[in-house]
Amino acid sequence: MSKLVNSIREAIQLAGLKDGMTVSFHHHLRNGDFVLNMVMEEVANLGIKDITVNASSLFDTHLPLQGHIANGVVTGICANYISAPLGRAISQGILEKPVQFRTHGGRPSDICTGNTPIDVAFIAAPTSDPMGNCSGKYGKSACGSLGYAYADAMHAKKVVIITDNLVPYPLMDFSIPEIYVDYVVNVDAIGNPKGIVSGTTQITRDPVGLVMAQHAVKVIENSGLLKDGFSFQTGAGGASLAAAKFLKDVMLEKGIQGSFGLGGITGYLVDMLHAGCFKSLMDVQCFDLKAVESLRTNPNHQEISAMQYASPAFKSAVVDSLDVVILGATEIDTDFNVNVHTDSNGYIMGGSGGHSDTAAGAKLSMIIAPMFRARLPIVTDHVNCISTPGKDIDVLVTQGGIAVNPKNVELTKNLKDAGLPIIDIHELKEKTERITGKPKVIAKGDRVVAEVISRNGGILDKIYNVPSF
Amino acid sequence: MRRSMLFLPGNNPNMLINGNCLGSDAIIFDLEDAVAPDQKDAARILVRNTMKYMDFRGCEIIVRINSIDTPYWKQDLDEIMPHRPGLILVPKTCSAADVLEADAYMTQVEEKLGMEKNTVGLMPLIETALGVENAFSIASATKRVKALFLGAEDLTADLQCKRTKESREIEYARTRLVVAARAAGVDVYDTPFTDVNDDEGIQVDAALAKALGFTGKASISPRHVEVINAVFSPTQKEVDYAYEVLEAIALAKEQGKGAISLYGKMIDAPIVNRAKQTIAMAEALGMERGM
Amino acid sequence: MEIKKLASAGTMESSDAYVEIEPATGLEITLESVVSQQFGDSIRQVVRDVLTEQGVENAKIRVVDRGALECVIRARVETAIVRGGN
Repeated sequence: MSKLVNSIREAIQLAGLKDGMTVSFHHHLRNGDFVLNMVMEEVANLGIKDITVNASSLFDTHLPLQGHIANGVVTGICANYISAPLGRAISQGILEKPVQFRTHGGRPSDICTGNTPIDVAFIAAPTSDPMGNCSGKYGKSACGSLGYAYADAMHAKKVVIITDNLVPYPLMDFSIPEIYVDYVVNVDAIGNPKGIVSGTTQITRDPVGLVMAQHAVKVIENSGLLKDGFSFQTGAGGASLAAAKFLKDVMLEKGIQGSFGLGGITGYLVDMLHAGCFKSLMDVQCFDLKAVESLRTNPNHQEISAMQYASPAFKSAVVDSLDVVILGATEIDTDFNVNVHTDSNGYIMGGSGGHSDTAAGAKLSMIIAPMFRARLPIVTDHVNCISTPGKDIDVLVTQGGIAVNPKNVELTKNLKDAGLPIIDIHELKEKTERITGKPKVIAKGDRVVAEVISRNGGILDKIYNVPSF
Repeated sequence: MRRSMLFLPGNNPNMLINGNCLGSDAIIFDLEDAVAPDQKDAARILVRNTMKYMDFRGCEIIVRINSIDTPYWKQDLDEIMPHRPGLILVPKTCSAADVLEADAYMTQVEEKLGMEKNTVGLMPLIETALGVENAFSIASATKRVKALFLGAEDLTADLQCKRTKESREIEYARTRLVVAARAAGVDVYDTPFTDVNDDEGIQVDAALAKALGFTGKASISPRHVEVINAVFSPTQKEVDYAYEVLEAIALAKEQGKGAISLYGKMIDAPIVNRAKQTIAMAEALGMERGM
Repeated sequence: MEIKKLASAGTMESSDAYVEIEPATGLEITLESVVSQQFGDSIRQVVRDVLTEQGVENAKIRVVDRGALECVIRARVETAIVRGGN
């Protein structure tokens, strides 16, 4: 038996892809990914139309999708995150059917329960054997964890592994096993390593970012959660990384031994693991080379699937055991609802990713954001789009003060007693507007271009087109 | 209260507008080294507008003007002084004559604006060998001088030695400035620690400055502000002692005693003054008496 | 003030504004802003205010705003005027 096929085109044909079907992709190769574009180009060449693309995330490099939408090859998109160039086009209304935004936990739930069936999953794998045992830890295009691809592999009707590092059978230390795989294609390159993982990301030198990071760590210190067994997730943004660095200093100084770091893993979390701040890292995605190296070599650095990371459809997920998560926001309203989907002009430029999953799971979910960006206040009366509901957000840290969700009575008291600059979120909004001026509310179109689906199912909010002037 | 002072480049809007959120007691808008010669006009107008339109309550504003041997400094003062900065930092001050020259023009501007004389204080920046040697005459040149400020980067260049983290090369300048300032009855501020990423280094350097008698310390990075503030804040013990001093004085007055002692030590005027300063600072910081 | 020559002030960095001014007959203001939807009208008004304060009646002025606060826009416009008038 051989699963090896000569080309992506052949794999598409063998998998039986037809008009109206759904294909899926993961985003572990991030902005370095070649696979989605290679596959969709062949789909177009084969004259197949009306395809739904279910991708865990879409980046700048996937802009060719715009052409496939224009010529009717692609008619539907499901994603957890869509970066600005394609997002902008979608906001301008290029797609008739609204995009379905899910969360990193919600996507695998819907795949596993059959809500969003996948006909053919195309899984980029930095290393694979001819039977499809594959891994992201090895090869020239190594990306580390393949966490977002598990549900696709397990539940798609046909699974195609696309690799640029074919090794003899059997590959040891595989992530996805051969039992799910139908075909394996060996290509020259599945991605550009420069876009897949970054080198060392420096912590921010922006003074505002540093001040926010210091505030954030003080909030954690005084939350009552920073003790032995502590668990933590943070993003890869400048201020979040600075917070991780400062948190590490505090944990070492106080001799606190945490239990795990979660999430998209960066070198900073790896440093914390090495320093003894955590016993383990739970890794759904690697952000940099240091994280990839650590996942490959350190047995305490564990790859996990998106299902285990964040899915509410299973008996438990790691987010349910999470103490603290630090998150970002493009806007937050006075009810603490957060927008990470659209920019200040209403254009799609992101998505929840794990935002609302971790916010829902963590005991303390904290937003770090400056009071204003480019003159636009972060706190608004109503966010343009609800990505994460305010009930799941506990604290907003800005350089101009820390706003605590009023539901957290005890936390408010603790932080006040610790001398932190606590401010009512309405007051923070007014304080910011005294600096920036009050922005005019932006015009919204009347056509829905995307639906934000809550991690538990059901529509959380709708994103409207941006009218052209 | 000026435990920490943070330098912010004068032509960088992003930094200026967030100046009061960075945790320092004072911010120094820099029109000198941080601004290229062809942008002096732009920075001057930008800093003036920032002071005019923005609310920096709770954070004192200091402006470093260009030195008096440049064509810029008078215009700097013309634009800045109407907005009442706490202090004007005058770089490369080498002698009492330099102070008198700056003071004379500041007086002129105050008169023009109908402001009381000495509304705006002056802080000479001592960053030359000559300035260090003239420290006392500089500090006592006019009533406008409120403090001395040590600038080690330019000073070490002038001394023809290397600026090091250990700071042995500025030991003399530091102690000399503290003595001169205290002799003249003014405050004295220490040079920034320039390695932004050395968290231990800043702690050691700030503690040394405090031990030598500096009132506070400048910084070029907000990352250092917190450490500096902590080092230059009074300890609970110091606060408690200050209250005891004042109580002892009050009691002595009541009993009509002249000289009094506390814990076997004579309480004299400098100790009383220091106690008052400590309590003022403790109150500003929301510290209460512990015992 | 009479604008005698082409002059510019400010930068294209975030939170700043870049302003160009040149001699013209009458006033002509063009604005490009990342926040034009939210603040476009108020920015145009501020530019006009500064031109009036500085007594500029004839000039072509172009403002590229990168999310600058009002006091920053005022400063950049004023600097450009002073530079163009010298």
